[in-house]
Amino acid sequence: MSAETFAHVSNLVVPTATVIYALAMMSHALEWALGRAVVVKDAEVKQDVLVASGGEAVTAGTASTGPASTRTASAGSASAEAAVPGTERMEAASRIGLTLTYLAFVLHLAGVVTRGLAAGRVPWGNMYEFSITASLAVAAVYLIFVQRYKLQWLGLGVTLVVAAVLGLATLALYTPAGPLVPALHSYWLVIHVSAAAISGGAFTIGGLASVLYLVKARAERRVLAGGTMSASLRRLPSAEAMDGTAYKVLAFAFPLWTFGVLVAGPIWAEYAWGRYWGWDPKEVWSLVTWVVYAAYLHARATAGWRGRNAATIAIIGWFVFIFNFVGVNLLVSGMHSYAGV
Amino acid sequence: MTEVKDHITAPTGGSGNEPPALGLVGWLRWMWRQLTSMKTALVLLFLLALGAVPGSLIPQTPIDPIKVSDFLTAHPKLGPFYDKLGLFDVYKSPWFSAIYLLLFISLIGCVVPRLGVYLKAVRARPPKPPRNLNRLPGYQRFTIDSEGDFLATATRELSRRRFRVQAYDGAVAAERGYLREAGNLLFHFSLILALIGVAWGSLFGYRGTVLVVVGNGFANSLAQYDDFAPGRVFNGDNLPPFSLTVKDFEVKFQQDGPQKGAAREFKAQLSYQETPDAPEKSYQLEVNHPLKLDGSSIYLLGHGYAPRVTVRDGNGQVAFSGPAPFLPQDSNFSSFGVIKAPDARPMQLGFEGFFLPTAVIDQRGPVSVFPDDLNPALVMTGYYGRPQPETGKPESVYQLDKSKLTQFEKDGDKLRFQLAPGQTTTLPDKAGSITFDGYSRWVKLQVSHTPGTNLALGGILLAILGLMGSLFVHPRRTWVRVRTEDGRTVVEVAGLDRGPERGLGDEIRAITDSLKPEPDRSSTQEQP
Ligand code: HEM
Repeated sequence: MSAETFAHVSNLVVPTATVIYALAMMSHALEWALGRAVVVKDAEVKQDVLVASGGEAVTAGTASTGPASTRTASAGSASAEAAVPGTERMEAASRIGLTLTYLAFVLHLAGVVTRGLAAGRVPWGNMYEFSITASLAVAAVYLIFVQRYKLQWLGLGVTLVVAAVLGLATLALYTPAGPLVPALHSYWLVIHVSAAAISGGAFTIGGLASVLYLVKARAERRVLAGGTMSASLRRLPSAEAMDGTAYKVLAFAFPLWTFGVLVAGPIWAEYAWGRYWGWDPKEVWSLVTWVVYAAYLHARATAGWRGRNAATIAIIGWFVFIFNFVGVNLLVSGMHSYAGV
Repeated sequence: MTEVKDHITAPTGGSGNEPPALGLVGWLRWMWRQLTSMKTALVLLFLLALGAVPGSLIPQTPIDPIKVSDFLTAHPKLGPFYDKLGLFDVYKSPWFSAIYLLLFISLIGCVVPRLGVYLKAVRARPPKPPRNLNRLPGYQRFTIDSEGDFLATATRELSRRRFRVQAYDGAVAAERGYLREAGNLLFHFSLILALIGVAWGSLFGYRGTVLVVVGNGFANSLAQYDDFAPGRVFNGDNLPPFSLTVKDFEVKFQQDGPQKGAAREFKAQLSYQETPDAPEKSYQLEVNHPLKLDGSSIYLLGHGYAPRVTVRDGNGQVAFSGPAPFLPQDSNFSSFGVIKAPDARPMQLGFEGFFLPTAVIDQRGPVSVFPDDLNPALVMTGYYGRPQPETGKPESVYQLDKSKLTQFEKDGDKLRFQLAPGQTTTLPDKAGSITFDGYSRWVKLQVSHTPGTNLALGGILLAILGLMGSLFVHPRRTWVRVRTEDGRTVVEVAGLDRGPERGLGDEIRAITDSLKPEPDRSSTQEQP
């Protein structure tokens, strides 16, 4: 196939994937909407919450790593399903959403690959390409772990983010495939940008998990104070378990980001621009992102900062990452912007 | 919660939050504790992140001085205020330096004591089981017929699972994951190394740029640079004595398609000598392929056009001849520049205007529509003035001081002329003529020397290694205890998670399962 054919295929497949992600998102939104209507009896929820968060003494133990935490979570949701009519439809919506996400991912992957074939290089030489690649990374990180860590509860957030990024990319950032400007001719481009994209995917998952953590933690506090909780919130894993998921994803992303931003980036900048660090806006914001996540890890190790504060920092880190990617390219000019929007 | 956490606060003053009542030493100690506490580290990290931001939004003198002066003109009130705050050079401002120096001190103050604590912890044996194992997560119990050598079996099983095991009376204690704290310490110490490397480079290094017209040469000495930024303690005498000549420069642009005009390839052919008596060598300099010479690196940063012009004065004498580098103003290389002929007589002459590599005339006047030289033209205006005595003051070669000059006029209009290569125009009033002989290209080279980069790089790589240990190693303890209860022999197993991952997963259950006598597997009682 010729470069034009590949470009053509890519231009067809990426918008299609976007639409399917949007459908998946609607399915997950329906799942949530169905759950909001179903209010679970106080006593049951309270039992759930107590089991999930344990008493004071065993906090660390009951809601535990991967398998154990998902055990608690699925046990919770299983009992909820059995007890509450209406949740079968939620389950179905959730499954449809996940299936659509798999389908969209396959097309998305094909779109990114054909884009690379069309351009004859790695598909992240400008902002359009970086958007489709980074959102692919988000979807990939989610789909790789969705079964293992029971991440279905992230479906709405993930499909929302991926569909939004892809939609924005196709509508506002589209650039036809073409070769690179000379400064981007370097295998460090491959290393630097793929590290950034994968850790960006993980930052996104960690950010979404932290948002849901805050929501669920609030609901749990309300329940302990005698309130109720809707079925959609109840179906989420315990706040502790989500906090653990966020930590694990971010702990995976942080060393990778460190490598991408503080090793591969500077080495490449040294070759291309003759200095390894020049306080270019993109460099500054990458460093800020790094420092914020370092603060997150410190916060988790500091009494009084664990939990809510740490989650807030993780969300700030995610915003900083997004701003670095979108805002800096569009608002501030610097060395990095010459790759073309 | 866990002891790992306690170590953080213990040496760094979890108990020292109240200011002491007496004594200078007490105060100093209290301040040191505050500075090296985890909360301070957090605050300083946030300050560092916040402090770095303005430098990316406000123009910075070291990056783009022209933008800074534009900003100062545009904001006459705000500008000087920003300037006082150091906002035009954030990363060298006193307040930014204060943040990272404090962080650096805090870092040292934090990890050095932890090293001692860790060295003790590594040698320590796993501690005795707590009295009430059933309060611990994952607690399991089962009965066995008799104690026998059960504890020996437990020891073997735990060792097999790579725990460090210590036998106590009626119990074994086991611990693993010591590498986590080692990783954490390695990370923080390597960060210090990396920062030292960075500091070294910025103190002892230098960076200079020079614009060389193709065919010309450059010898590495301070006087030859257009722009030179030494590190704070750089000594200008020891520049390596290399010299080079730019033999040729080749550039390719995208000819068609949506990215028409985008650069595709730059190549400069150099010949160079490492020392004045060294043999001549050649090198093809490209973006991403710097030339490394004796600790310095030479980079290709940019390129442009230098029209070759001959100016004759009113007396018919050649007053200027040669290439004059023009600076590109847009992506199609409309290049602005000046030609000065201060020695022209009876009047001195000066010209300014544009070199257009692919000139077309549209409603805005002549512009370049492509970066390559498809239809080169020189569009200029001229000035004359009384000869001035040499002042010896340095003058920019890219700007014409028009304060003592008058613009030529022709038929009542300001003079403007457009030349193709080879063409000549005569100036009004027999003031002379100017000939556009042709044009050369120039390249902008950067020479830099940054010592300490290997230290910085090695430091960061070690830091990542440590980080992985610190984030992925899971420190935890397991205890197995046998005791007699109502005449039965009861085994209790429990664990303690000492990392932030929360939880031990299925490990305790798995250990229990492998310790249970076969037929007995079902009699386990699990405590919720
Ligand atoms: C340049 C600044 C710093 C950066 C980028 C940084 C980064 C990090 C990172 C990424 C971690 C996570 C590793 C883990 O969870 O074990 C960490 C942990 C830690 N940091 Fe820092 N750090 C910095 C400065 C400091 C300072 C000044 C202190 C002392 C107050 C400190 C004390 C600690 C401690 C005690 C831990 C271990 C937490 C635990 O055991 O979970 N760090 N640091």
